[in-house]
Amino acid sequence: MAHHHCRDFDRAAFLRGVAAEAGRGLPAVKPGTPLPAGTGLSRRSLLMRSAGMAMSIYGASALSPGAFEAGVAEAAAASPNAPVLVSVFLEGGIDSMSVLAPTGDPKYRRLRPKLSLPDGAGSAFAEDDRLRWHPAAASLAALHGAGKVSVFPSIGYDHADQSHFTSRHYWEVGQTNANAATGWLGRYLDRVGTGANPLQGLSLDGSLSPALATAQAPVAAIEGPGSYEFWGRGVWGDVEEWMHEAFADIGAAHASSPGALGAAGAVAARAGQLRRDLLPFRDDADGNKAYTSPVEYPAGDDFPERLAGLAAMLAAGLPIRCVALSAGGDWDTHDNQEEDFADSLKLTADSLAAFQSDLEARGLADRALVLVWSEFGRRAEENGSAGTDHGAGGTAFLIGTRARGRMVGEFPGLGRGLDAEGNLRATSDFRGVYSGLLEQWFATDAAAIIPGAAGFARPELVR
Amino acid sequence: MAVPTYSGSFGPAEAERLLWRAGFGPKQGEIEALAAKGLAGAVSSLTNPPREKLTGPQPRPDGRSLNPAVTSGHNALWWLDRMVRTNQPLVERMTLVWHDWFATRGVGPGKRRMPLEQNYMLRRHALGNFRALALEVTRDPAMLLFLSGVHNRMGKPNENYGRELMELFTLGAGNGYSERDVREQARALTGYTFTRVTSRGHEGFRYDKRRHDPGRKRILGKTGRFDARDAVDLAVRHPAHGPFFVTKLWSAFIPTPPEPGTLGELVSLYRSRRYAVKPVVEAILKHPDLYQGPRMVKPPAVYAAGLIRALGDGITQRSWSGADYGGDSGQRLFDPPNVSGWDESSWLDTGTFQGRWKVARLIASEYSLSPGENRDYPANEDGDTAVNRALAFWGSPTLTRETRRTLIEFADACARDANVEYLRTAYRVSRQNALRMLIATAPESHTS
Repeated sequence: MAHHHCRDFDRAAFLRGVAAEAGRGLPAVKPGTPLPAGTGLSRRSLLMRSAGMAMSIYGASALSPGAFEAGVAEAAAASPNAPVLVSVFLEGGIDSMSVLAPTGDPKYRRLRPKLSLPDGAGSAFAEDDRLRWHPAAASLAALHGAGKVSVFPSIGYDHADQSHFTSRHYWEVGQTNANAATGWLGRYLDRVGTGANPLQGLSLDGSLSPALATAQAPVAAIEGPGSYEFWGRGVWGDVEEWMHEAFADIGAAHASSPGALGAAGAVAARAGQLRRDLLPFRDDADGNKAYTSPVEYPAGDDFPERLAGLAAMLAAGLPIRCVALSAGGDWDTHDNQEEDFADSLKLTADSLAAFQSDLEARGLADRALVLVWSEFGRRAEENGSAGTDHGAGGTAFLIGTRARGRMVGEFPGLGRGLDAEGNLRATSDFRGVYSGLLEQWFATDAAAIIPGAAGFARPELVR
Repeated sequence: MAVPTYSGSFGPAEAERLLWRAGFGPKQGEIEALAAKGLAGAVSSLTNPPREKLTGPQPRPDGRSLNPAVTSGHNALWWLDRMVRTNQPLVERMTLVWHDWFATRGVGPGKRRMPLEQNYMLRRHALGNFRALALEVTRDPAMLLFLSGVHNRMGKPNENYGRELMELFTLGAGNGYSERDVREQARALTGYTFTRVTSRGHEGFRYDKRRHDPGRKRILGKTGRFDARDAVDLAVRHPAHGPFFVTKLWSAFIPTPPEPGTLGELVSLYRSRRYAVKPVVEAILKHPDLYQGPRMVKPPAVYAAGLIRALGDGITQRSWSGADYGGDSGQRLFDPPNVSGWDESSWLDTGTFQGRWKVARLIASEYSLSPGENRDYPANEDGDTAVNRALAFWGSPTLTRETRRTLIEFADACARDANVEYLRTAYRVSRQNALRMLIATAPESHTS
């Protein structure tokens, strides 16, 4: 009697993959690291898995797991070097004037009596001698020094909305339209994605990121690749494998139903597919990760762990195109800003730097760009509770070896650079940045994705 | 003109939907009992419930009573238990609506105790008066800490709460107010503070006249020496409030927006009853759209409570202790993602689907069968019988034909593979456990 189990099959395929890759000599693996398993997962092993697993025993459907499996394999094979964009959201409105502090601006210390950077703290910002990096952003400053970060010192849009939810929504949908229902990356995927590759748009916060909301193309949400599993107490053997097929098939049978029933069905079908795609990344029975990272990430937080998982998935050749996740930390610093800001900033900057090193170590750095953004900046003048209220112009960063590494727009200054409400005027527009990324990174017509794209200045973003 | 009322037949299907939308799903026998009352009687029994009584097994996951004000995770279990055991499901459901509406997260050493006290307050106002509720929330200690109300004082305004009072709680984003209104509103709301911080958290919340800005403010077109009560009144009396309130409340019960005529009638009703919540809820629960419209995704907390109710169980199992049953499914009670609450339009994605699977597993696990302990499980059970047995486990919910067909195909495939003697019973036991999971996670179980 032949008992095959997906898990066993994948473990075997995965080990073969490691063996095949092991002699290849990976760059910059840190000493003492065991075989970097994620790096060993070749695209071939994905295709092998597809060949072995693309069986749906409960009849065919346009959305059956088998169709998805083929779609994912096809997408991986069709463009193994497709560019990837990672969107990192700093939720709450980061105080840009504390990341790059305008210590050289004569009005700075008067506006920020409690929150200003001490004299000489941090490091100089080479592109504008009025600004200094916060000490906690040192790893980001170092990446900038290496030419891998484009800084947007005051990004936003005219007449910025100071509601977290409205402004964030504008950034997510790529337009100042409160009623838009698809994300800007979602619309890109609707245009170029396939109907059978949910990995093309990947949310890593455990639930769908609005920037990735599509009208048609399937997308996926997970917390990380290692624990995406569906077991049941007392369910084992082949029954377990068929249960996995069955929940996806029940979903597929409803995917074309109207309303919530159809939505629930489509999600179940996608979950079944995703479970298979991520099997090689699954933690073992002892909770050990199936992949290791060639670099050290900050410990004890979801954000760096998710970035580490993402690098392993990219290395395995999964057909991921657009990724969205949030950095940890509470950036909505109305009170006692100093308490948590530095820790949050350090964790975020160190995690992003580790991700960049990881991609470089795996030879993937030319394939990925990371856009770090927040819904707005904060008011130039601190408030009465050692915090800052909502503002307008904020900060963003584009990170990667292919990022041009030059500042976009300038710091407008704390004199005429402030609007009537005392907020920074934006010197670059997020819709121009999106348009530039679509054209220069994804080689796609921005006008089809960003309403009024022609009207926004295009910064040079990619080299 | 009046708000339209559903006039079709009110049978088990309608009663089942009403129990899910206005509560946490049926316990055994509740569908038939509610259907027998007819629409008006059924709705009235929900909006005018008997005195509160919690029935069923006490929550003792650690072998001891819950300690929700202190122990991590117990606050969410404490509330889930009420959802399961209450005889006032609509009151409990409205408390959840207000928790989502006035979303608050605990702050500081009292981060568990204070939101719990807020929860009692929300429950007292569950079907009460919105204006009174909004004022209570404005001076609620947990909210004063969460949105910086205690830092908002004369000469040092903090806009945090004032902005959300208009944007999220009463008017809607950019809906008839300006940035200047936000700033002036913050001045009106000054004056609240606390006395000390102990290991129990912040204590001695009070209004201190010396911290209040007594000057004239111009808010939403009116000028005066406004304070917090005025700030709430101005927002609630604003023309944009009625439609905002009705639309938001409606969306908690019905997934499609109200027709303009219905919206107008509900707004008139709300205003004529001076911001009373109950008459508006009653009208929504009797509206044809609730019974004739499409299905709606159950919020994760409703899904979890409903599975437990269907089993006739309580929060009794050891596995509840320390389980993050809420976080993965996208709704951890007392821990909304931010002040705007949960995004009801996106309850379901591949991540939260896995979270709901974990919830179903946690609830079903205690009852799972094993080949060792269930040697007498029928070795010749056919697929149809197996599916019916698993359905009965969950109180026989209604399945679609497609789900039933796929379940039977699954059950038959399992039996076909059990082609050696020692697997005949073992696979049927395993199959029964699997069928329970598949029923609890089918699309119709996530929607009502």
